[in-house]
Amino acid sequence: MTSTNPTLDLAGGASAPPAGPRPARRSSARAAETRRKWYEIIGLTTPAVIVYVMFVLVPMGFAFYYSLFRWRGVGPPTDYVGFDNYVLAFQDPIFIDALRNNAIIVFGSLLIQGPIALGVALLLNRNFRGRTLFRLLAFVPYVLAEVTVGIMWKLLLSDAGTVNAMLESLGLGSLVQAWLADLDIVIWTMLAVLTWKYVGFAIILLLAGLSNVPQELNEAAAIDGASWWQIQRHVTLPLLGPTIRIWMFLSMIGSLQVFDVIWVTSVPAVRSLGASATMATYMVDNGFFARLWGYGNAVAVILFAISFVAAVLFQRFLLRRDIEGAITRRAN
Amino acid sequence: MAANAVLSPTAKRRPISWGNPLTYALALAVAAVSITPVVYVIVGGFRTTPQIVADPAGLPDPWVWDNYSRVLTQSDFWRQVFNSAVVSLGTTIGVVVLGVCAAFVLARYTFRGREVLYTFFTLGLLFPAGAAILPLYLMLRDLNLINSYYAVILPQVAFALPLTIVILRPFLTAIPRELEDAAAIDGTGRLGFLWRILLPLSRPALVTVGILAFVTSWNAFLLPLLVLGDASLHTLPLGVQNFSSQYTSDTAGILAFTSLAMLPALIFFTFAEKQIVGGLQGAVKG
Repeated sequence: MTSTNPTLDLAGGASAPPAGPRPARRSSARAAETRRKWYEIIGLTTPAVIVYVMFVLVPMGFAFYYSLFRWRGVGPPTDYVGFDNYVLAFQDPIFIDALRNNAIIVFGSLLIQGPIALGVALLLNRNFRGRTLFRLLAFVPYVLAEVTVGIMWKLLLSDAGTVNAMLESLGLGSLVQAWLADLDIVIWTMLAVLTWKYVGFAIILLLAGLSNVPQELNEAAAIDGASWWQIQRHVTLPLLGPTIRIWMFLSMIGSLQVFDVIWVTSVPAVRSLGASATMATYMVDNGFFARLWGYGNAVAVILFAISFVAAVLFQRFLLRRDIEGAITRRAN
Repeated sequence: MAANAVLSPTAKRRPISWGNPLTYALALAVAAVSITPVVYVIVGGFRTTPQIVADPAGLPDPWVWDNYSRVLTQSDFWRQVFNSAVVSLGTTIGVVVLGVCAAFVLARYTFRGREVLYTFFTLGLLFPAGAAILPLYLMLRDLNLINSYYAVILPQVAFALPLTIVILRPFLTAIPRELEDAAAIDGTGRLGFLWRILLPLSRPALVTVGILAFVTSWNAFLLPLLVLGDASLHTLPLGVQNFSSQYTSDTAGILAFTSLAMLPALIFFTFAEKQIVGGLQGAVKG
């Protein structure tokens, strides 16, 4: 929507005043104007560009450089090992577990949160008294800090915690589990906590999408005798396509980098065995806490590469039209 | 369109009616799943640890205020609230100032390379903050910024810039050209136009990006965890995490601390819900 920008076409795209035989006064006035414009452009964008380059782009470059060394973080890296760190990572069964866990979280989040969020969004999009309050309550988990959510569920899900106690008192003692300690269960527990935390985000986006569906369409369908269900199925859902795809994109990228909730909720011993590790927790555990800086940076590059490829593929095949303006806009 | 979405979030409103019972039953179920654990934590803070151990799912009997008063008077709670406030406000101001300047240029100047610059910024949406955290730490260490507020503020500003620019640019573009011409006729330069006309008019968008940056910064954990080793600089999320791993047997205290840590976010969200939701909507449609 910003591609047709009508401002300031008098300056055109000219970057330098044309040289040559021109009326001297007009040309110098234009040159002064152009120069001033460029001073403003440079002065206003430079701070943002510097901060952005320095703290977003440069670190990623350094990550690749450091990843080629065996390095404990003291002094400059000297022990060049080529791509050994990458090979080591893919040979480490714990890292493979982390990859598997990330895959579970990516697809689990999409498959579980999507339908739930859609249902809740359609529900909360209906007109009824108290709707605003119910919306507010449904968003609560998303607004809370990851850390508080993690600690809360850690207490609730501990062996002698509330969840097990409630199962016991409901006569469902057979369902009692070591939610955070059982190596086969813990990743599914994590998925459940993440679902609780982030489904509100999907609901927010879908409600935003629903608010853009013209009311007239629903009314026209209703006049034609369509039931509420038929309207949702044949009118609303197709129009929600772009919103759903953008949510899928954001959810996928978030799931690939997930750290906070896992780090806080899961027990370090269980994480170090791989049962609840993700790429990000594996990276911080090995790079920062075990001081294997070269190795940790190699994992960072792998994490970035996977996120990047996933993002590009997703855009290429699913998102192309939806966020063309945001990420893939071609220079014109 | 993002601009309309936030400027007039409720374009059309039909008369509100009482929905059918099924609607309410389902809405109540959704609300229950969302807030029961939170309510449990808050109420649990009014019990004693022996009470909780004896019956994890029970109600306080009697209600005790001791846990909350203990956290509020004895722990580092207030210092951590202060640190969080400094970091979040610093981040918010930085993001809004830098973001507005860059978005203004991208929205209202025509120049060669403009779209390249925009794409350059939006590329940042693909750079996960998490993946860059290790080299970021090393760089901040080399710059001697570890254990300072700047170590959190500067990277947070940098990583929030892409989204801020993506949200702000359409807003600034949507303001009619006629206003700019009128300002020029009155002798106002482009910078005066930005300061006196554009900024006041785009206040809703500024509030939105400001709130998004503030909430993200307030909740941030990974970056502070790595760069704020000094306990006197700890932000609230670090404080909650430390308290819970330091006093593992004090379940009631942890519940009280966690509840108090949740409170600012909950209050803030109640008042700023429209801006947060509108901002996410704007981000999607941007």
